[in-house]
Amino acid sequence: MNSLIQQLIATGPVITDGALGTELQARGLKPGELPDLWNLTRPELVKQVIHAYVEAGSQVVLTATFRSNRITLSQHGLAEKGAELNRRGVEIARCAAKGRAVVFGSMGPSGKLLFSGEVSSEEVSSAFFEQANAMAEAGADGIVVETMSDLEEAKLATEAAARTGLPVVACMVFDSGRNKDRTMMGNTPEEAARELAAAGAVVVGANCGQGITGYIPICRRLRAATDLPVWIKPNAGLPELVDGRTIYRTNPVEFAAHVPAMVEGGANFIGGCCGTNPDFIRAIAAILRTR
Amino acid sequence: MVDLSKLYDAVLNGDAKTAVAVTKEAIAENVDPMELVNKYMVPAMDEVGRRFECEEYFVPELLLAARAMKGSLELIRPLLVAKGAEPAGRVVIGTVKGDLHDIGKNLVASMLEGGGFEVIDLGSDVAPEKFVQAAQEKNANIVCLSALLTVTMPAMKTTIDALASAGIRDRVKVLVGGAPVTPQYAKEIGADGYGENATVAVQLARQLSAQ
Repeated sequence: MNSLIQQLIATGPVITDGALGTELQARGLKPGELPDLWNLTRPELVKQVIHAYVEAGSQVVLTATFRSNRITLSQHGLAEKGAELNRRGVEIARCAAKGRAVVFGSMGPSGKLLFSGEVSSEEVSSAFFEQANAMAEAGADGIVVETMSDLEEAKLATEAAARTGLPVVACMVFDSGRNKDRTMMGNTPEEAARELAAAGAVVVGANCGQGITGYIPICRRLRAATDLPVWIKPNAGLPELVDGRTIYRTNPVEFAAHVPAMVEGGANFIGGCCGTNPDFIRAIAAILRTR
Repeated sequence: MVDLSKLYDAVLNGDAKTAVAVTKEAIAENVDPMELVNKYMVPAMDEVGRRFECEEYFVPELLLAARAMKGSLELIRPLLVAKGAEPAGRVVIGTVKGDLHDIGKNLVASMLEGGGFEVIDLGSDVAPEKFVQAAQEKNANIVCLSALLTVTMPAMKTTIDALASAGIRDRVKVLVGGAPVTPQYAKEIGADGYGENATVAVQLARQLSAQ
């Protein structure tokens, strides 16, 4: 096992962070505005959010670089800003963490579907390598490939990130099918665990797409399918639009109440995705302390 | 004589090569193009939809079937046009303003094309006035709006309002979809329908076109 990962999980479940996107929205990020761009334009606010997670008890924090791959950036006319966004993203997170938490570089999907031929495997691989490499050079402790709905793309991203030599966490969204236990492209947790491990992931997991209760059985299945540590970051329920405002109905106490079951189900890393905030991390920390 | 059941199988199995080959053969043998569409291709797409609902098929199978259907329809369409046959409907589709996500929208567009609709795809981050303009110019009867973000969902309402101000709201049916969109929201903003997935979108578009 990778030594950093081993060191992190040695003393029990590791608390990761909560959402960045919805927290930046709460600080004025506009609809459609690229959150990653705030690494350049509002670095103090990005740092504030990450710092709040460290204060709340996060042992791993992620960078605000979810969309900073060349393919997604080019849609915003920012393809050439990739290296700078990823570098600044890591620098800001390291600055916020001050050595109290490790910094993992976030890599989200390209937004294009390999299967439809609108983007090639080579383009996807090179975009992800470019991103991972910029974050490795800036001093990231690891890379998290997250919110992936297409296993093929997730594998390419994982392989590309692993080439930097950093430990790679690879997570898929399971939100499809009658039992919400498949990816959009129809893959099961077992398939994802096996293939992501083969692609070089040292931690596999699931994030986004549904609330915490739905991820408990998925966590168990990932656990049974692999010897690798498991990473889980559910949403605070599904977003609803009420009077023009986005709300997530799960509160921190409700969320944290399911954390022991998730740990029993085999989760080694636990945090939250969309709609979660530092209060969720504090609640998780409090529950884990009492175990 | 060409075995037309092979056309049904080819669409169902997403085998574009065979679908095109069988279609060419059938055309050479002067088989009625409407018969190809209505007796073999549309029923095959219906079965694709059923298998998707039953979780035997997932997105890759949908896309392959739509691709086979499209390959075949490209050969058949000129014949249908020559006979004066109209498409199942004309659809203007796009992801609403502020939202760059287009995977779901592209999937719905492919399935609608496979369903025999003429599809005018405006892409993503589409301003309300662009939807209005395209719907007017192309004489569309359906407008499909997609959003992946809760923060861009209000742009669906803005677009529907723009269709109303332009005086064409009663000429088009508006369908909405996307991960955070709900039937209640669709109702709230005055849409004519909400599709949970691409196959439901095609069913709805057919129902609304038949009205």
